[in-house]
Amino acid sequence: MKSAKKILMIYLVLLLMAVFTFTGCSGDSPPPVAENQTKASKPDEEEEEEEDEKKENASEKNEAGTEAYEHWQNNKGIGPVKKIELGETIDQTMADAGAKIYKEKCTSCHKPDKRFIGPSPKGVFERRTPEWVMNMILNPEKMVKEDPIAKQLLMDYNLSPMANQNLTEDEARKVLEYFRTL
Amino acid sequence: MLNPLTMKNKFFNLLLVLPLLSLLTSCGEYAATKSGPQALSGATDAASKVYVAPGSYDEFYLFTSGGFSGQVGVYGLPSGRLFRVIPTLAVDAEKGYGFSEETKPLLMTSHGFIPWDDAHHPKISQTNGTADGRWLFINGNNTPRIARIDLTNFETVETIEVPLSGGNHSSPFLTQGTEYVIAGTRFSVPIPQSDASTKDFAAKFKGTLSFIKVDPKTGEMKIHFQVLMPGYDYDLSHSGKGPSHGWTFFTSYNTEQQGSLKEIEASQNDKDYVAAINWQKAAELVDAGQGEDMAVTYYHNLMDESTQSAKSEIIKTVKVLDPSKHKGFVYFIPTPKSPHGMDVDPSGEYIVAGGKLSADMAVHSFSKMLKAIESNAVEKEINGIPVLKYDEVLGGVVKQAGLGPLHTEFDDNGYAYTSFFISSEIVKWKVGTWEIVDRVPTYYSIGHLCVPGGDTRKPWGKYVIALNKITKDRYLPTGPELTQSAQLYDITGEKMKLLLDFPTIGEPHYAQAIPASVIMDKSRKVYKLEENKHPHMIKSEDETKVVREGNTVHVYMSTIRSHFAPDNIEGIRVGDVVYFHVTNLEQDWDVPHGFSVLGAQNSELLIMPGVTRTLKWEPRFVGNFPFYCTDFCSALHQEMQGYVRVSPAGANTPVKYWTGSENAL
Repeated sequence: MKSAKKILMIYLVLLLMAVFTFTGCSGDSPPPVAENQTKASKPDEEEEEEEDEKKENASEKNEAGTEAYEHWQNNKGIGPVKKIELGETIDQTMADAGAKIYKEKCTSCHKPDKRFIGPSPKGVFERRTPEWVMNMILNPEKMVKEDPIAKQLLMDYNLSPMANQNLTEDEARKVLEYFRTL
Repeated sequence: MLNPLTMKNKFFNLLLVLPLLSLLTSCGEYAATKSGPQALSGATDAASKVYVAPGSYDEFYLFTSGGFSGQVGVYGLPSGRLFRVIPTLAVDAEKGYGFSEETKPLLMTSHGFIPWDDAHHPKISQTNGTADGRWLFINGNNTPRIARIDLTNFETVETIEVPLSGGNHSSPFLTQGTEYVIAGTRFSVPIPQSDASTKDFAAKFKGTLSFIKVDPKTGEMKIHFQVLMPGYDYDLSHSGKGPSHGWTFFTSYNTEQQGSLKEIEASQNDKDYVAAINWQKAAELVDAGQGEDMAVTYYHNLMDESTQSAKSEIIKTVKVLDPSKHKGFVYFIPTPKSPHGMDVDPSGEYIVAGGKLSADMAVHSFSKMLKAIESNAVEKEINGIPVLKYDEVLGGVVKQAGLGPLHTEFDDNGYAYTSFFISSEIVKWKVGTWEIVDRVPTYYSIGHLCVPGGDTRKPWGKYVIALNKITKDRYLPTGPELTQSAQLYDITGEKMKLLLDFPTIGEPHYAQAIPASVIMDKSRKVYKLEENKHPHMIKSEDETKVVREGNTVHVYMSTIRSHFAPDNIEGIRVGDVVYFHVTNLEQDWDVPHGFSVLGAQNSELLIMPGVTRTLKWEPRFVGNFPFYCTDFCSALHQEMQGYVRVSPAGANTPVKYWTGSENAL
């Protein structure tokens, strides 16, 4: 066994050298890879997703017992928004502006009062932090890949991707204010 | 377990050898497969020069004419990778171009809807003689017209028909500030058109050279004036630059004015002419009220960005300047036999005519031309056009360079590159000394060639691209018709060096290349929904509706991943004309949706984010007809579908439409 260990050591050293040589070869570093790979990956067309049994009424009630949803209070999501201060009272002007944006950019998938393609925003602050909601709007591609809640939501909603509607941070904040009125 | 300790000795040894082997392999070596009879030597070195790693970007965009496909191909250089086909002067079912109601007007002409043309010369717009990457113009040769492509969205946004023209070939070679794009007739025709016999060719057939003004802000084209010329074939053109700005030069052949068997009859004169037009002077004459208004009919078609729909305008008159009546703005320069290419060097001094049936290439001097005009060095007049003395204008001769010189482009080091069709080669020569310094073979029968910016004041002299007519044995055979092809050569050294063959769509007739950095950052990603003023757009699913007006039904529909709204429609009857107005509510890059319906007699729609497109559908049978998203959009793309119920003609089925039912959710 001792000699085998020696050989293993030699092997590892050679492997390291090989890796080093390869990386040394790259020369001019290429321009960056396009980052906005936003189109959903295209699975085999024949692949069929199992019907979600919880389809009937997946409000926050159904989130109970799913581990990913439990620690929502500490989860601010992944994205540009680090901290949001909600005012004590609702800013109605902002909420009205948010309602208009929501109607035009979001209602194809999110109805205000019931589950549709995606969840309803009604009562969202009882299960998500404001920062998480903002980041989900502004950075959905990364959220559904890396955030535990967003990943679970994608599974619970038949792999329907959250579309990036390219709202500005200001627009998303207005939509957030609108959500407070629901 | 992949622990080498637990593996058998033989395999273990192999594992040891693998890293050793990889150490021995030196940097930058690529496997080169030997292929046809002309496989490239030194392929390893060439491969490293054209290799663009996955996920990395090319250094240049290359826009090639799609030739008789009527389209424009967009490639990357040095990789030769095809990125996009821009539908331009021919319909494209893939993109719904010429099939959607919004794009149909772009192909309207005085001859009706013309779904095809022969596209020849792409030209990138210029500012101060440098390619600026705002627009790409391209000519249609068969039914004379010019198209303009917006290089922020890579879409054709305007077409204009050229009246009084037969074969718009010497086009759209624009002026150095894109003041004008140029059109010129390759086939002279009776002007005005009549049922004259070609036996009266010399008396009745004429050519026109057109100067089309370009709005500096919008790019919109408008014919300013046409110059009436003798009935020659006006083959190619280039405008002056720097000192020669204000002039445009055209080659002409068939100065014999023959109407038949031109390969013999039009190849008799030892010299034909370069037509030099002082367009600044001509424009002054027109602006001073000179010239004749001729009755014509031609179409001008423009895409309105806010309504996202093209509209046609029919124009009934054009201003024509006749050089026999207005002097001092047109001259002929004799040039050796049946010239084809017409190119002006970056300094603007030298005018190169590719005399395709001549052994030597004549290079005319702009400054000498001005002196000849001033000193009246004229040998004769044709229809009031002075013919300048050849020797008085000659700047130099490139002697015995090859067989069949066609086109010349330039680098930024004072060298010129001329294509030779018959001897299938590119010849490099020095501007001013006229000495030949290098030549390389092309595979095969090169027509045009392209140096990035090589016909402007500022070439980026890194590559020359050969645009070949024949590929013969260069690729795997595909039946009688073989792929079209271009070739990339490195011109940074003293010797030109072949790097790459790459297939192209259609015949890559001519091409223009530009550094990617000029264009890529301006590329549009989505159309903002709030800027969409299409008359049938909807802003949200609340606005979806189905409206019957007699036998016409308008469906206001939306798409978003992964459903249509509405996705069920009833109350359509056999004999109806149904318009699906589909708005893509997505606002993210690279998320178009497609739409088509069973039995559609046109094509799919391909709808960019924020855009509305309309498909016309005429159901012929009773039944339920599925429609679906044709561009794979998401994991639930297969679910993105719906039905139209078609009832018998005269049925009373009420119009109803919905998306999902309360119970289903």
